Amino acid sequence: MKVPISWLADYVKIEENIKNYSEMMTMSGSKVEGYEKPFHEITNVVTGKITEVASHPDADKLIVTKVDVGEEIVQIVTGAKNVSKGDIIPIALDNSTLPNGVIITKGNLRGVQSNGMMCSIAELNLTKNDFPTASEDGIFILPKNTPLGVDIKEILGLDDTVVEFEITPNRPDCLSIIGLARESAVTIGKKFVVPNVSLQEKGKGTATDYVKVTIEDYDLCKRYAGKIVTDVLIKESPLWMRKRLRDAGVRPINNIVDITNYVMLEYGQPMHAFDLNYLQEKNIIIRRAKKGEIIHTLDDQERMLNNQNLVIADGDKAIAVAGVMGGANSEVNNDTTKILFESANFDGVSVRLTAKQLGLRTESSARFEKGLDPHNAKPALLRACELVEKLGAGKVVPGIIDCHSELPTKNIIPFRPKKMNEFLGTSIEEKTMVDILTSLEFEVNMEKMEIAVPSFRPDVEAWADISEEVVRFYGYNNIKASLQSGNRATQGIKTYEQRIRDTIREAMLAMGLMEIYTYSFTSRKVFDKLLLKDDSPLRETVVITNPLGEDFKIMRTTTIPEMLQVISHNFNRRIPQAGFFETSKTYHPIKGEKLPNEKNVLTIGLYGDYDFYAIKGIVEKLVDTLDIPDVKYVIDSNNPSYHPGRCALITVNGNTIGTIGEIHPDVADNFETPKRSYIGELDIEKLYKLTNVLKSYKGLPKYPEVDRDLAMVVDEEIIAYDIEQVIKNSGGDLLQKVTLFDVYRGEQVGENKKSMAYALSFRADDRTLTDEEVNKAVTEILSKLDSEIGAILR
Amino acid sequence: MKQQLQNILHQVTLQASDVKSLQDIEQLRIKFLGKKGELTTVLRGMGALSKEERPIIGKLANEVRTNIESLIKQANDKLVSIEKEITLKKEKLDVTMPGKIYEIGKKHPLTLVIEEVENVFLGLGYQIAEGPEIELVHYNFEALNIHEGHPARDEQDTFYIQPDVVLRTQTSPVQIRVMENSQPPIKIICPGRVYRSDAVDATHSPVFHQIEGLVVDKGITMGDLRGTLEVFAKSMFGEDTNIRFRPHHFPFTEPSAEVDVSCWNCNGEGCKVCKGEGWVEILGAGMVHPKVLKNCGIDPEIYSGFAFGLGVERTAMGRFGIDDLRLLYENDVRFLKQF
Repeated sequence: MKVPISWLADYVKIEENIKNYSEMMTMSGSKVEGYEKPFHEITNVVTGKITEVASHPDADKLIVTKVDVGEEIVQIVTGAKNVSKGDIIPIALDNSTLPNGVIITKGNLRGVQSNGMMCSIAELNLTKNDFPTASEDGIFILPKNTPLGVDIKEILGLDDTVVEFEITPNRPDCLSIIGLARESAVTIGKKFVVPNVSLQEKGKGTATDYVKVTIEDYDLCKRYAGKIVTDVLIKESPLWMRKRLRDAGVRPINNIVDITNYVMLEYGQPMHAFDLNYLQEKNIIIRRAKKGEIIHTLDDQERMLNNQNLVIADGDKAIAVAGVMGGANSEVNNDTTKILFESANFDGVSVRLTAKQLGLRTESSARFEKGLDPHNAKPALLRACELVEKLGAGKVVPGIIDCHSELPTKNIIPFRPKKMNEFLGTSIEEKTMVDILTSLEFEVNMEKMEIAVPSFRPDVEAWADISEEVVRFYGYNNIKASLQSGNRATQGIKTYEQRIRDTIREAMLAMGLMEIYTYSFTSRKVFDKLLLKDDSPLRETVVITNPLGEDFKIMRTTTIPEMLQVISHNFNRRIPQAGFFETSKTYHPIKGEKLPNEKNVLTIGLYGDYDFYAIKGIVEKLVDTLDIPDVKYVIDSNNPSYHPGRCALITVNGNTIGTIGEIHPDVADNFETPKRSYIGELDIEKLYKLTNVLKSYKGLPKYPEVDRDLAMVVDEEIIAYDIEQVIKNSGGDLLQKVTLFDVYRGEQVGENKKSMAYALSFRADDRTLTDEEVNKAVTEILSKLDSEIGAILR
Repeated sequence: MKQQLQNILHQVTLQASDVKSLQDIEQLRIKFLGKKGELTTVLRGMGALSKEERPIIGKLANEVRTNIESLIKQANDKLVSIEKEITLKKEKLDVTMPGKIYEIGKKHPLTLVIEEVENVFLGLGYQIAEGPEIELVHYNFEALNIHEGHPARDEQDTFYIQPDVVLRTQTSPVQIRVMENSQPPIKIICPGRVYRSDAVDATHSPVFHQIEGLVVDKGITMGDLRGTLEVFAKSMFGEDTNIRFRPHHFPFTEPSAEVDVSCWNCNGEGCKVCKGEGWVEILGAGMVHPKVLKNCGIDPEIYSGFAFGLGVERTAMGRFGIDDLRLLYENDVRFLKQF
């Protein structure tokens, strides 16, 4: 809300400088976004009268003038065509500045000295709306009685300071000069001058003679008040009014329209003026629109309505969309002679939905949608009529049309100073509270300890709201800081699940992976890019009904696409290799449930100088850190997103906890990643259950280990897991550790064979092992390796 | 014989001062002390000596042997130390050459901010509460005093799954779930992912993170809110940090405030970070609205509470001087490595 300070000054005297005033208002709850003098760039531009005009010796299109600027006569050369001797005009003197950083200095025009420039309205950043009689492209000619040598800003009313307030949605009363004047008065400790409206009402008859008003839908229209003005003379409104409207950001149009806008800004009550001559039936009906009803609005658009919209109709014909915009068929124009001023109270939600549906948010709808005070409709209407008389714009007809349902009475709430102080942690005196509330127009009844809330403050419902009213003027920052002294102690600890996730994150970081954050919604297209089968359960998704676009339409069921996008992003920026991880959620609908299953998952991604065993090693270290025993890796050739020979399910006791592997080359192409990209996905929910965080210390060995290396030749299809199983099962209690340290293929071992070399460690807790004991164990292992998988010792 | 022994010692003395390598020393040792060495050879003639001479020469011979051994050791030590010196000289490195690379994983800046906030409040006895991101309208709006028709419920702001299911627009529904399911004292913070229908640009993202805090107990005051946020601000931004409350409006708190901290960059003097104001807005806060308590089955006549919330992205951007929010979700390694 833009507020010219001079307008506020009609209702409260502001003596503070603008910086202090803004600060004080912000701290009492009316946040000042900024303030400025919109025309501060104009300097050294004064009024001057042309006293002589002569032709230029060397240029046909230029004239040489002498201009009286009060204390001196200056010579100015101009090419302007609309000026003549005796005209009073704005003169930008030597070293003057104009809007948009223009600087004017004296100079020579074709050999003749020119000491300044005559200004047009455009050069002063004004338009024909501000000064309807001014020339569009010629010099701005001022009225004959304008004094000479006076700063143009003073003459044209360009010297006001405009403050911009951010008004919170609970305070529509502050979307008005009066509301903000009331707040200002309490903030700076001055008196708020209550507006006093008086009317002469010289029109003939009474208002109800001219038009009949019926409200059909009281649920959407609590009040409809109107007054009639006859003998209307449409013209421009006076400078002071145009100037205030312009500074508040509203375009001046003509006296009647300007009055409706002026009252809307001043009282916060949107108004409308209908041309009575165009109302054939003179029978105003406020009703829901019929489905498919069409209205031609003021902005020259055909609008299709439905039965959710409220209209103002004259007989059968809709003449306005209630609270949003008037119809072109009853618009005030230059021929208007009789008008109906409308000051109504429409339902906020209905106006908001209608404005949204029509894509037509106006100053009027923006106010109605916040919920306005029905009591304000009448004073605003009277103010508009007062302005009509003040501007000589017509004759106000006595009487008022006022249809309304039962108007709300003042809300009465208990006054509880003790409770409020306990709640705020303050010791504000009762009298201070009463003073603040009274100046905000609350009525405090000390006998009954009750507060009557003014009708324009429906946001105040109970003692907590009253506390806010008091404390924002007492000073939020005068509340002393305390720290819940004497309250019960609570434990500040993370949950088991939170600690497991921390452990996972720390492990990933320790292995050099970068943590990433990606969006949780995506497009269905990614399923095809991942080559998922049509019946893949991952295709069952939670769908957003109003997404930002197709790319953000579903909640993700897998995190692989985002990981691949991150790999692609970095790869395409010539980063040769990188490793990433993300702990995030996937979302899976549950049949018959409103809310889906949200699953915590760990995603790992590697590209560059990595291979399958790099990602496997990361997972091995992770499960080791989480102390999960018996983890198996089983080849999975059926996952369409992965290389069929390089993908493994991670299982624990037959339960799959994740997948790792090299991405399928076609998927790599689809996501534009390098072919050798490695992805891992682990289900954190399952890790919670398997991990053993209650670690206990195992004693360090007292006796030495005995190591033996075994290299054996086996058939190519024998997998490492099988060999290890044989060794472990046949090694006896003494065998502590089996480590594969070399794999060799080549002529020496023969075709379809490989040599696998294992380091075996033996140890007993109670003695140093003898060679005989170890040899016996090794012999047993070798015999089983031979008999079970045909391994031959090299 | 005595003469012979002294001769040997003399020769050793001479030759020992002249050795060039460890091999020379070994040769010297063999030549004089070896089984066929000169000293041994001389001593072999001991048998020919008289009974009287034998102990005298024997003693002398032992002295000579000790002396020779000592001379050889000295020569050896000298050489070893010279060679050590030479080796150390040879092994000189260019210490200005770069070190070997060890990749170190980095936490995402959003995690850094979340953990920092969590640590402050864990220390103050808060627990960390979590809740669903896909949430019932009841929890996301109604229970928070944001009723049907409120602009916040517009499709322009909120992603809908069904008419009564949304992507949560704030982490506040977690507070409601906690209040419904537990009795005061409640002290929690709720970090988490939230969604609003904003197109992606340098300062907006449809996905972002919030951290909210909630305290409910008997006798909780607005002074407690102020004290708590003072501790928080000082922990996050330094001991000299001041805070300022400005009245504001939120549907679920009353009174409500926006909270500024004195600018960490200029200490309130006014700079680019605080846009010359000396204050940076970081939090929304207020006393839990009595209606919200009542909605959760907590009697506002007995209990009161405060709540606060901050945007993680905005805090991270301010903290680290990040000028484009998109960087946080682009995950460029060159960006991630900087934290």
